[in-house]
Amino acid sequence: MTALLETRGLEVFYGDFQAVFGVDFEVAEGETVAIIGANGAGKSSFLKALAGLVKSRPDGILLDGRPVGGKPAYEIVKSGVALVPEGRRLFPSMSVADNLRMGENGRSGDRGWTYETVCDLFPILRERADQLAPTLSGGQQQMVAIGRALISNPRVLLCDEISLGLSPAAVKDVYAAITEIKKRGTTIVIVEQDLNAALGAADRIYCFLEGKVSLTGRADEFDRSQILAAYFGS
Amino acid sequence: MDYLNTIVQGVLLGGLYALYAAGLSLIFGVMRLINLAHGDLIVLAAFVLLAMVSALGLPLPVALLILLPFAFALGWGLQRFLLNRTLGDDILLPLLVTFGLQILIQNGLLVAFSADSRKLSLGALETQSVNLLGLSVGLVPLITFAVAVVVLGALSYIFYGTGLGRRLRATSDSTEVVQLMGVNPRVIFAIAMGISFVVLTIAAFFMGVRSNFDPSVGPARLLYAFEAVVIGGLGSLWGTLAGGIILGVAQAIGARINPEWQILAGHLVFLVFIIVRPRGLFPKQ
Amino acid sequence: MSSPQPAAAPEPATGRYRVRVATRTAKAFWLVAIVIIAVLVFAPAFASRPMLQDLILVFLLASLALCWNLMAGYAGLISVGQQAFVGLGGYALFALIIVGGFDPLLSIPVAALIVALLSIPVGTLVFRMQGAYFAVVTWVVAEVFRLLLAQWRELGGGTGTSLPRSATNDMIGLDFVAELFGVRSAAAREIIIYWAALFTVVLVVGGCYYLLRSRVGLALRAIKDGEVAAQSVGVSTTRIKFAIYLFAAFCAGLVGAIYFLQTSRISPDAAFSLLDWTAYIIFIVVIGGLATIEGPIIGAILFVLLRNTLSGYGPWYLIVLGVLGIGVMLLAPKGIWGNFSQWTGIHLFPTRRRIEIVSQASKDAR
Repeated sequence: MTALLETRGLEVFYGDFQAVFGVDFEVAEGETVAIIGANGAGKSSFLKALAGLVKSRPDGILLDGRPVGGKPAYEIVKSGVALVPEGRRLFPSMSVADNLRMGENGRSGDRGWTYETVCDLFPILRERADQLAPTLSGGQQQMVAIGRALISNPRVLLCDEISLGLSPAAVKDVYAAITEIKKRGTTIVIVEQDLNAALGAADRIYCFLEGKVSLTGRADEFDRSQILAAYFGS
Repeated sequence: MDYLNTIVQGVLLGGLYALYAAGLSLIFGVMRLINLAHGDLIVLAAFVLLAMVSALGLPLPVALLILLPFAFALGWGLQRFLLNRTLGDDILLPLLVTFGLQILIQNGLLVAFSADSRKLSLGALETQSVNLLGLSVGLVPLITFAVAVVVLGALSYIFYGTGLGRRLRATSDSTEVVQLMGVNPRVIFAIAMGISFVVLTIAAFFMGVRSNFDPSVGPARLLYAFEAVVIGGLGSLWGTLAGGIILGVAQAIGARINPEWQILAGHLVFLVFIIVRPRGLFPKQ
Repeated sequence: MSSPQPAAAPEPATGRYRVRVATRTAKAFWLVAIVIIAVLVFAPAFASRPMLQDLILVFLLASLALCWNLMAGYAGLISVGQQAFVGLGGYALFALIIVGGFDPLLSIPVAALIVALLSIPVGTLVFRMQGAYFAVVTWVVAEVFRLLLAQWRELGGGTGTSLPRSATNDMIGLDFVAELFGVRSAAAREIIIYWAALFTVVLVVGGCYYLLRSRVGLALRAIKDGEVAAQSVGVSTTRIKFAIYLFAAFCAGLVGAIYFLQTSRISPDAAFSLLDWTAYIIFIVVIGGLATIEGPIIGAILFVLLRNTLSGYGPWYLIVLGVLGIGVMLLAPKGIWGNFSQWTGIHLFPTRRRIEIVSQASKDAR
C-alpha cells in the first residue's frame, strides 16, 4: 500500500516555539486515520502544517510522493488536501449557501461533490441555505464546515476537532456523515480528543504526546490502557 | 423655498461625496485599511484626465473611459507590489505608508502641474439645468448623483451577486480561512484596490467638472469620504450614500448661513455623529 | 538630574535571577547627558544665532516626535492630528498676549495648560474611535480648530496676525539676558526662547523616560503585547492611553507656544499645518526609530540637517522625504537607532526590564 499523504520527520514551529518534533506519518488512499492526544500534544499544529496554514520544510510533507511542504494553503487545497478547521470557522457575515459555495474556489477535481450532493448528505443545510451561518446550531455549523471542505472535492479531508463543543447527538450525526464520506472513497484524517468517536471511525490511529508520535497502529489492536498510557504519557 | 433649494443642492453634493467614499469604504471593508492617500489619488486622477484632454485632444468622457482600465491596473499593482507588504497585525505600517504616498502624490503633482487651480470642462452641458420640484437644478450635479447611485448599485451587485463578491466578503471575514478555500487574500486585496481605483477615477471626473482643483485639495476629499463612510455605517455601501447626503446637506446649510462655514458645518455634524452614533446609521453586523 | 539609583545598582540577587533595567553604557551616558545639557544651557554664550535657531527647531521637533512616538510606538495611538494642539498652543499664546495683555514668557506655560485642558474634551471625543479611525478623527478635529480660529477676527481671521513689537520687547528677563550676553533685545529674546525649547525637550525626554520605566511603562508594554491580556491582569488601558494623550497635548501646546513666539506671526494654515506638525514628525520618528527614546532625537537632528541642505528644492525635497520615509518603513522598519541598537546592543535609555540568570558560577567569572 503506497501512501497518498505522508510526512517524514515533520517539524512545526511557531516562531521560536516548536510544536511538532520529527513526526513520520502516512495515510493510504481510501483510509481513515485518527490522530488522538491530549491538549497541546501538537495534533492541530500537525494538521495545520498538512493544510499549509503553518510553514514546514518542503520535503517534510509528500502528496503522491511529491513534496508539498511549505506551499501556501490556497495551493494545497487545489492539489487535493482540504481542511475542516478547528472551531468550524464559518464566514459569519455570509449565508449558509455562500459559505458552501466558497468551497468551490478550491476545487481540485471531480469526485462527485457539488453543492447539490453536499446538500443531499446534509439535507438540513438546503432548508437553511439563506440563513446567516452564525444562526445555525453547533452541529449544523459543523456540517457547513465539512460540506464547504467537501465541495473542493478533496482527495484527503482533514478534520480538526469536529466534535468539539457539540452535543452527543450532534457528534453522532457528524460522525455518521464522516462514515458516509469515507464510504464514497474519500481519504480522511481526523484529529480528535473524543476517543470513542475517533476509535469508532478510524482504521488506524496515531497518538501524539508532546509533539511526537507515542503510539501508532490499527485501531482495534490496542486495549484501552495502552491507548491511555500513550495519550497521557506514563 | 430657499431652504428647499439648499437641501436639494446638498443632497446632490452628497452624491459626489458618496463617490469619494465608495472606494474608501470598499478598501476598508475588505482589508481593514484606511488609505490616507485616497483623496490625493482622486486629485491625481483628475490631473491625468486633464492631461489626456489637453495633450491628446480627447473629449473628456472618452478620456475617462480609456483611463478606467489603467486605473484598475494601477490600483492592482499598488496593492500587489507595495501595500500588500505593509499588511499585518499592526495598522501603523499601512497607515504610514499611505500617508507617505499622500506626500509623494501632492508634491509630484506640484512638480508636474504647478500649484495653479484647474478645472475639467464638459462644455455646454455644465450650464444646463432641469426643472425639479419647481427648482432649477444643474444637470451636472444631477448626473453626478445618478452616477453615484449606479456605481453603488454596481458595487452592490459585485459584492452580493457574483463569485468575486463572495470571495471579497469571505476575505473580509477571515483572511486565513479563505486560504483553505483556495483563495489567495493578496490577490483579492489587489482586485479590491483595482476596483477602488476605478471608482475614485469616476469620482475624479465629477470633482474636476464640478469644481476647481489643485494639488493641495486631496486631503479634504479624503476627510469628506471618511466622514461619509463613518456616518453611513462602517462597511455599508448604501449607508455611504446616506452618509454622503447628510454631509452634503450639512455643508450646504452651513454655507447658506455663512459661506465660510460650509466645511466647518460638515465636520461638526460628523463629530456629533461620533458622539451620538459612533457605529453610523447602518452598521454591519 | 538624578541618576536612576534603584535599578542602576542591582542588589545581590536573593534568588537565582534579578530584574535589571540599566545597562553599563547607560550609566556612563547619564554623566554625558548632564554634560551635554550643561553645554546646551550655556550654548548662547558661544553659538551663532543661526545655530541657536536650528537648535530651537531640533528641540521643538524632537519634543513633538518623542510625544508622537510615545503615543504610536507604545500606546498604540496613531494620531495624524497633533497639529491641533500645536496650533492651539500658538493661538492660546497669541490670545494671552494680544487679548489678555500677558507677559510673553509667562504665557508659554499658561498656553500649554490651556491646551491640556482643551485636550480633555477633545480626547473624550476622539477616544470613541479606535485604530485607523482614531487617526483620521484626530485629523478632522485639527481641521475644525483651524476653521474655527480662522473666524477669530481679533487674531487676524484667516490671514493671521503678528505679535505687536511692544509686547515682545518687554518680556520678563529680556534685559537681564541682554546684559548678561551683551546682545540686543532681539537676540536676547531668541536666547530666552532657546532656553524654553531646551527646557521643553528635557522635560519630554525625562517624562518619556520616567514613564516608560515606571509601572506605567510595564503596562504600556503589556498593551502593546495585547490589549485584552493587559486588561485581564488589571491594567486600565484606556486611562493610561488617555494620560499619555494628555501629556502629548500639553507638550504640543508648549511647542506651539514657543514656536510661534519665536516667529512672532501666526495664521491658521501655519498653526494647524498637517505637513509641519504631523508629516514631518512622523518622518522623524520613522527615520530615527519607532519605540525608542533615542530615535526621535536623532531623527530630529537629521531632519533639520536635511532641511537646511535640501529645502531650497521645494517639492522635490518633500518627494525625497516621502520616498525615504516609505523606504525605511518597508525595508528597515526599526529606523536608524533601532537597527544600530540591535546591531551593537547599545541602549542609552534602557527602558526594558531584563531578567538575568545569576548563578554562582557566572558571578564568580565576572
